[in-house]
Amino acid sequence: MSFETFMQQLANGISIGSLYALIAIGYTMVYGILRLINFAHGDIFMMAAYFMVFSMINFSLPWYIAIVLVIISTVILGVVIERIAYKPLRDAPRMSIMISAIGVSFFLENLATYLFTGVPKGFPDIPFLTQAANIGGISLSVATIVTPIITIILLLCVLFITNKTKIGMAMRAVSKDYETARLMGIKINRVISTTFVIGSALAAVGAVLWGAKYPSVMPLMGVMPGLKCFVAAVLGGIGNTTGAVIGGFILGMGEMMIVAFLPLLTGYRDAFAFIVLIIVLIVKPTGLLGEKVTDKV
Amino acid sequence: MMINNNRKLMRRSLTVLIIIAFASIIILLDTKTIGDNYVRRILNLGAIYAIVSVSMNLVNGFTGLFSLGQAGFMAIGAFTVAVFTVPVELREAIFYIVPQNPLVANIELPFFVALILGGLLAALVSILIGMPVLRLKSDYLAIATLGFSEIIRIIFTNMKTITNGALGINRIPGIPTMWITFGVAIVSIIFIVLLINSSYGRAFKAIREDDIAAEAMGINLFKHKVISFAIGAFFAGIGGGLLASLLGTVDPKQFYFTMTYNFLLIIVLGGMGSVSGTIIGSFVVTAGLEYLRIFDEPLTVLGVNIPIFRAGFRMVIFSFLLMILVLFFRQGIMGQKELSWDMIEGWFKRRKGLPKKGKVDKGGTI
Repeated sequence: MSFETFMQQLANGISIGSLYALIAIGYTMVYGILRLINFAHGDIFMMAAYFMVFSMINFSLPWYIAIVLVIISTVILGVVIERIAYKPLRDAPRMSIMISAIGVSFFLENLATYLFTGVPKGFPDIPFLTQAANIGGISLSVATIVTPIITIILLLCVLFITNKTKIGMAMRAVSKDYETARLMGIKINRVISTTFVIGSALAAVGAVLWGAKYPSVMPLMGVMPGLKCFVAAVLGGIGNTTGAVIGGFILGMGEMMIVAFLPLLTGYRDAFAFIVLIIVLIVKPTGLLGEKVTDKV
Repeated sequence: MMINNNRKLMRRSLTVLIIIAFASIIILLDTKTIGDNYVRRILNLGAIYAIVSVSMNLVNGFTGLFSLGQAGFMAIGAFTVAVFTVPVELREAIFYIVPQNPLVANIELPFFVALILGGLLAALVSILIGMPVLRLKSDYLAIATLGFSEIIRIIFTNMKTITNGALGINRIPGIPTMWITFGVAIVSIIFIVLLINSSYGRAFKAIREDDIAAEAMGINLFKHKVISFAIGAFFAGIGGGLLASLLGTVDPKQFYFTMTYNFLLIIVLGGMGSVSGTIIGSFVVTAGLEYLRIFDEPLTVLGVNIPIFRAGFRMVIFSFLLMILVLFFRQGIMGQKELSWDMIEGWFKRRKGLPKKGKVDKGGTI
């Protein structure tokens, strides 16, 4: 393999890894606070891609307005889902709320199939992102280069929110101990909503960048990224934002390296994430940056 | 005392009557005296769904593990039956693009041997997944199993020399009589009920209620979780094998992970932790999925085309139903209770609006 091809695959790996990272942050934050695997997160990501298609193609808005609109509508969707499907089940057994999450996920998938049909829609072309750039003989799209940068910036924003602001402090308190935080007068519902706002906004950004890279939008496009990003969150240490980003990068790079070095196994690319999950659970169940949690009676 | 004995006798004879009625309906259906192929097919499908759902309820409802791998385990069972029961002389025509691997090309097994083998393979795979995952908090089981059912589909699509890839395998010998599906369903469900009422079952329920307390009482969490998970997978494999034989054709696309959500709907509708509820749920959901196909067809009322009725609407309703159930009727039909004569009497009393005590004193009249 030539050096150029290797570098190209590496860049692809980094950019897909940062897309995984963006989605994984949403998973890890929700899990950290509600101990809920938000199965609907991948489908929120899918809906964001459809929002982008509609605002740019059907309403022919310029891309910069469309992106803002997409982020806002995805955030609304995420918060509405939380209010309708998760909030009434705060005191229910954990399995009920997970089933509810699956219900939402299944509902969104079916709704998208029903409304937009299963035929893939073309993602609108954002000239700024899809144009090719040439760095040292390696030709890449601008999206490939921009994605990791945006991811790092957004990670820093999230870290700032969770570590330096009042609501972030509340988030950390809730994720440490839900009941005590409530007794201390923290408005649980507001904290949880904020978590969903951040998660959904990042998923929306992820969807736009994803669309620039893989310009085909389908109702089930969110399923695989959704599952893999949860694995990324587990790999990084669930509940830890930085960990989720690192996990996303490792997963994305690993996948691309499989495609690059073992082309025979390309068909099994999607299996990689789950093998990683099994290995992590055997070797280091807390993940790379996770803290050890002991169950209290 | 007399009244009590009378009631006991009454109940017993009613139970026998219901079993006889049920058996004769199946015999009549089976000999094609009543019903058509459509009804027979739905009932067969309902019986298969009952096997898979009851086994899923064993894992999810009775042991409290959130497993979503049913579709994958069914795929293993289905492909085992498909690979081993198709007559050898037909195989060349089916595997016309890539010839079948010589290792399995000449092996033809009787249906029941292949069915059991499919179940055992599914159980083996479930142990391989369960070993690393169940040792820890079982939260990750949901993702691991959901991922697994996707992976198994990818593997089956890529293993062209054994499974014929995306083309799938057809001409699987069909089921000659409804007694095969219903017989297997009855035997499997009786097995699971016996298991639930055994010391293992009590351990499962203890784990569901509070795993830390269960561990403190000396229950080996890991062992019991793996047993429950593997038995669940075994029966899902059996269900998949029956499905392959019923449909006569399998391909990896049938076992998309959304199939598992049907079973999830069934156990939530029937009641997590109720076998009888799950059986009722299986037939209701199977029939519902079939008869609600009208929602997928365009509907015209008084010459006006109602635009919401088109392909996909049925599944929107179904997924919506799942959410409504979890949000508002979390107990489902039965909750954690089982169907019993006491319960049925209770329903009748409530309907007649009579006070409970008075009714019991009269006795005998159910």
